[in-house]
Amino acid sequence: MQWETVIGLEVHAQLSTESKIFSGASTAFGAAPNAEACTVDLALPGVLPVLNRGAVERAIRFGLAVGAKINSPSIFARKNYFYPDLPKGYQISQYELPVVEGGHIQLQIVQDGKEQEKTVRLVRAHLEEDAGKSLHEDFQGMSGIDLNRAGTPLLEIVSEPDMRSSAEAVAYAKTLHTLVRWIGICDGNMQEGSFRCDANVSVRPQGSEKLGTRCEIKNLNSFRFLEKAIDYEARRQIEILEDGGAIQQQTRLFDPEKGETRAMRSKEDAQDYRYFPDPDLLPLEISGSWIEEVKKELPELPQQMRSRFEHDYGLSMYDALALTADRDNSEYYEAVAGKLSSDPKLCANWVMGEVSAYLNNEGKSFDVCPLSPAQLAQLLLRIKDGTISGKIAKDVFRQMWEQASAESISWKNRKEVDESLADRIIESQGLRQISDSSALEKLVQEVLTANPKSVEEFKAGKEKAFNALVGQVMKAARGKANPAQVNEILRKKLTE
Amino acid sequence: MLNASLKQLSAMLAARKISSVELTSEFLKRSRALNPTYNAFITLDEETSLAQAQAADTLIASGRGQSLTGIPIAQKDIFCTKGWLTTCGSKMLSNFISPYDAHVIGRFNAGGAVNIGKTNMDEFAMGSSNETSFYGPVKNPWDTAAVPGGSSGGSACAVAARMAPAATGTDTGGSIRQPAALCGISGLKPTYGLVSRYGMIAFASSLDQGGPMAKSAEDLALMLNVMAGFDARDSTSLEREPEDYTRDLEKPLEGLRIGLPKEYFVKEIDEDVARAVEAAIGQYRKLGAKTVEVSLPNTKLSVPVYYVLAPAEASSNLSRFDGVRYGHRAPDYLDLNDMYRKTRSQGFGAEVKRRILIGTYVLSHGYYDAYYIQAQKLRRLMAQDFAGAFEQCDVIMGPTSPTVAFNLGERSSDPVQMYLSDAYTIAVNLAGLPAMSIPVGFGHKNRPVGLHIIGNYFAEAQMLNVAHQYQLASDWHTRMPKE
Repeated sequence: MQWETVIGLEVHAQLSTESKIFSGASTAFGAAPNAEACTVDLALPGVLPVLNRGAVERAIRFGLAVGAKINSPSIFARKNYFYPDLPKGYQISQYELPVVEGGHIQLQIVQDGKEQEKTVRLVRAHLEEDAGKSLHEDFQGMSGIDLNRAGTPLLEIVSEPDMRSSAEAVAYAKTLHTLVRWIGICDGNMQEGSFRCDANVSVRPQGSEKLGTRCEIKNLNSFRFLEKAIDYEARRQIEILEDGGAIQQQTRLFDPEKGETRAMRSKEDAQDYRYFPDPDLLPLEISGSWIEEVKKELPELPQQMRSRFEHDYGLSMYDALALTADRDNSEYYEAVAGKLSSDPKLCANWVMGEVSAYLNNEGKSFDVCPLSPAQLAQLLLRIKDGTISGKIAKDVFRQMWEQASAESISWKNRKEVDESLADRIIESQGLRQISDSSALEKLVQEVLTANPKSVEEFKAGKEKAFNALVGQVMKAARGKANPAQVNEILRKKLTE
Repeated sequence: MLNASLKQLSAMLAARKISSVELTSEFLKRSRALNPTYNAFITLDEETSLAQAQAADTLIASGRGQSLTGIPIAQKDIFCTKGWLTTCGSKMLSNFISPYDAHVIGRFNAGGAVNIGKTNMDEFAMGSSNETSFYGPVKNPWDTAAVPGGSSGGSACAVAARMAPAATGTDTGGSIRQPAALCGISGLKPTYGLVSRYGMIAFASSLDQGGPMAKSAEDLALMLNVMAGFDARDSTSLEREPEDYTRDLEKPLEGLRIGLPKEYFVKEIDEDVARAVEAAIGQYRKLGAKTVEVSLPNTKLSVPVYYVLAPAEASSNLSRFDGVRYGHRAPDYLDLNDMYRKTRSQGFGAEVKRRILIGTYVLSHGYYDAYYIQAQKLRRLMAQDFAGAFEQCDVIMGPTSPTVAFNLGERSSDPVQMYLSDAYTIAVNLAGLPAMSIPVGFGHKNRPVGLHIIGNYFAEAQMLNVAHQYQLASDWHTRMPKE
């Protein structure tokens, strides 16, 4: 039987507010245990929550970015359960009326060279507070509680079960990851837990309309784990069903070391959270004018920018996707393409190629790139106008990068841009391409004279020999010969 | 001096006829002497109180004294008070020294008032007799065989026995008004949202409201001037222009329309209570007020509605008392769940456990709609009842409690009977309205009777005027129990 995997994701995005969602304590990562837990976070007797406006503003931003409905009012509810890292004995969350309802995420998937589009619908996104951390090591026979994370604002984003493969799930998670950083609501740091995924996975016979029994997989803190866990879980479920068994509704934990999921708790053990509206917080009213204000400040979204890149610059979906990986990247690209409007594809190749590679190598992002887009554009112009070859350009680029890096100023902070940097390197080292046809003809003739064997082979029909001769000419020119011209002259002379 | 009003005490202090240290010492001495009998205070701390008095004297000497500067005030042990034991009447918090001040405490401190001690109360404010306190019951100073009412029984007793000139209380279902009535003093529960709940240990968040307890309406007004005010730390605190609650005290009552709900004057009221209340209403007519019959048809539902909603909220509010971070923790346990179980079994008394169980039940899956949602709907109906009544009248009057103070132990084994003693006061909390109780005479065994005055939202100044005019024409509020 052919099986279909059905996946829905719940993503917890930590909102990038400076203070917590219901207290004034800092949300900065990495402080000494409990140093950032104030009276409210500690749930001392008598303390009360006050909603952080910045968290709501970010939820609105998200809602607008995914075309969702912003509910007003929305209601904060208490989710009651006992755990030592949950100081109040309840988590303040949203239950019946979330702040964001509906919406969708548009995915572009490039797989095995094929480009594909897909829409994943969202159920909702709601605001809630994070819990603290229980530390079971380092305390002999006891557990330590760190409440620094308690009260950190989260947006829980719940998708419909619209994904059909781990690749789609990963594409969705990545698109969402890009989006939340793009609109500045979450730093997306997965190591620090700022962006966490839970996956609901079920399988059903291909063509069936009915959803199978699902398992929820927790603790998927990288895209690779997400993919592995879904693939493992789908296989596990298919094996059970093919052996005539039934799937138990469970919460399962992914073990990254073994690459397996294992049962945490079953539906029977599910707790009754006794949700009810939190009487300490009034219904959250969001005025139309507030929404308008947020809308005005919303940047062009990655989805719109991708289509624009494809349409205006003639880029492929693959290129457009790569260049809109984050706002700094797209901004850099547009700055280069703006300076060299005659060849946006060449700009794209260099931004995705050399610039990305150098930045990656140094662990930097585009906003702190030492080389200015104008400087890069100038170099690319020299390729276009035939001053240098692409190969030489890479060497020039390396030198430009080194010189620019020496100043340790990022391009955005540079007051004066030395646009002639490329030209100076080309001139000072005599890297200018030889395009003078008489000089080239002389060079070609010398090579032909020195390599009669290759000439013979070519005449005997070996096309390979032609390439060898081109190589010889380039070598004699120390790489500076214009390859197109060399080709032309060589062919002409050989067929004379 | 024991019977002096806050205004008189303030004048004496300002005129340097007495110092705050002398005044505070006097009340402390009296409290120390009477407390073994009445058990009104959980904590008395002479050293801290006198240090505050000293500071108040300095303020007064420098001409920076305010209305309550230097005056000793008893604080209900539900208000977190920095550096003070704050127990909420529970073993669970019997070791909790608060690291911060409640908003209300902060306001008194800012006004230079002296904290004379923390008063006894029903555990977590759950009770109508002060018998659920971990620190033992409070006695009614008019008759030590009787309860003082609850949950603010310690505060009511302290004021009635003149152990403190005034006190704070909190009122979730009548916890200021009922003990005020039973102890023969005046008490006011403000409009929900007027007094910040920050630092006031939560029982039922949507119903809890702090308020003053004192000998007279005039004193209540001065106390409310200090207690009321917007606080950004409480999301249910109302942002309003500050008011002077003494401003209307002297207005004549000519033309005042008093609503008398027909549902209040029924056979459930004891005859002695009915007689005193009717006499008081007669007095109001003499003062120029008119009475109109109004109807609050859903009155009967208030007790069942309250005993769904209040325990529901309480069951969640009290979850934080888990032995993990502060308060009582069981000395021996096997694992985490055993620690929770033992800590909470040991730390909470029977009434608190009963309400946590009720609350947990009504919020449970499958019962939530039938109980919690239904109760919320009825709660809105009750508020509509009042809105309708206030179209015909300015204030509503009736008895605060259907009976005078009952005997200690008389109802403690019968929770339902105990809950019914709050029948008149509870609907007010459900609607979020302000209400007060003032002494209007004595009933059975010479125990005090209270008149319940309910006002419209934010009508505190008017209610205080109504109460003050009665007190100008009567002397019940000046009566003092014999020691």
